[in-house]
Amino acid sequence: MDRRTPLARAQGLGSAKQGVHHWWMQRLTAIALIPLVVWFAISLVMLSGADYTTVRAWIGSPLVMVLLTLTIGVGLHHGQLGLQVVFEDYTSGAIRVAMIVLTKFIAILFGLAAIVAILRIGFGG
Amino acid sequence: MSVANRPPDRPLSPHLQVYRPQLTSMLSILHRATGIALSVGALYLAVWVITASATSPRSYAIFSSFNMSILGRIVLGGWLFSTYFHLCNGIRHLFWDAGYGFELKDAYRSGWIVVGVSLVATLVSWVVGLRLV
Repeated sequence: MDRRTPLARAQGLGSAKQGVHHWWMQRLTAIALIPLVVWFAISLVMLSGADYTTVRAWIGSPLVMVLLTLTIGVGLHHGQLGLQVVFEDYTSGAIRVAMIVLTKFIAILFGLAAIVAILRIGFGG
Repeated sequence: MSVANRPPDRPLSPHLQVYRPQLTSMLSILHRATGIALSVGALYLAVWVITASATSPRSYAIFSSFNMSILGRIVLGGWLFSTYFHLCNGIRHLFWDAGYGFELKDAYRSGWIVVGVSLVATLVSWVVGLRLV
């Protein structure tokens, strides 16, 4: 039985049925980030003050390439999911849509640029 | 509901100006704040990798010298605190998602553990790596 008001039915709005996917992806990326972030935070502390050559040698080793790509990719995905909720909570209308689209575009742009940079270092471009 | 038949003086909840701060609500707000900070911080880290990938070491040297300045160390130190706090409090959230730790005393105990662990981890990182202290 349809319990919506006649107006709501006419407008055809309602749940897009994607909430569970968003919720689950946020948790899945959170679990993945636990070991990745611990590894990355320790690495950052150890590398602080390191010069260009040292940092490149570190980024270019195969294990670091994989873990760093995962950290940046999964981290940005988790971040944009979280920011989407922040914009949904505090903004509305066209600004909400614009901010969510912008967030996702920036996350993909910086993520892809960082991954290309990692590959360039690793494969000696 | 129109303005005319709305009950007068309905209390707003929780009203931030008069709402007494508790550990639980403060940590909830801090979780969101550090999450926003870390999203921006992730872009900063992407720039770090990109400058390291440049053929000439010049852009990396500029980035690196900023990181080692007082302001840069404060930014990185803040990033580390945000990371440790969001990590620990995120694990607390995952336990709640699984249905554990909802009793009030458990929520407070896990809250204080999160505060303690993230502060100690930040202090150790600052002393070992960033030499802020």
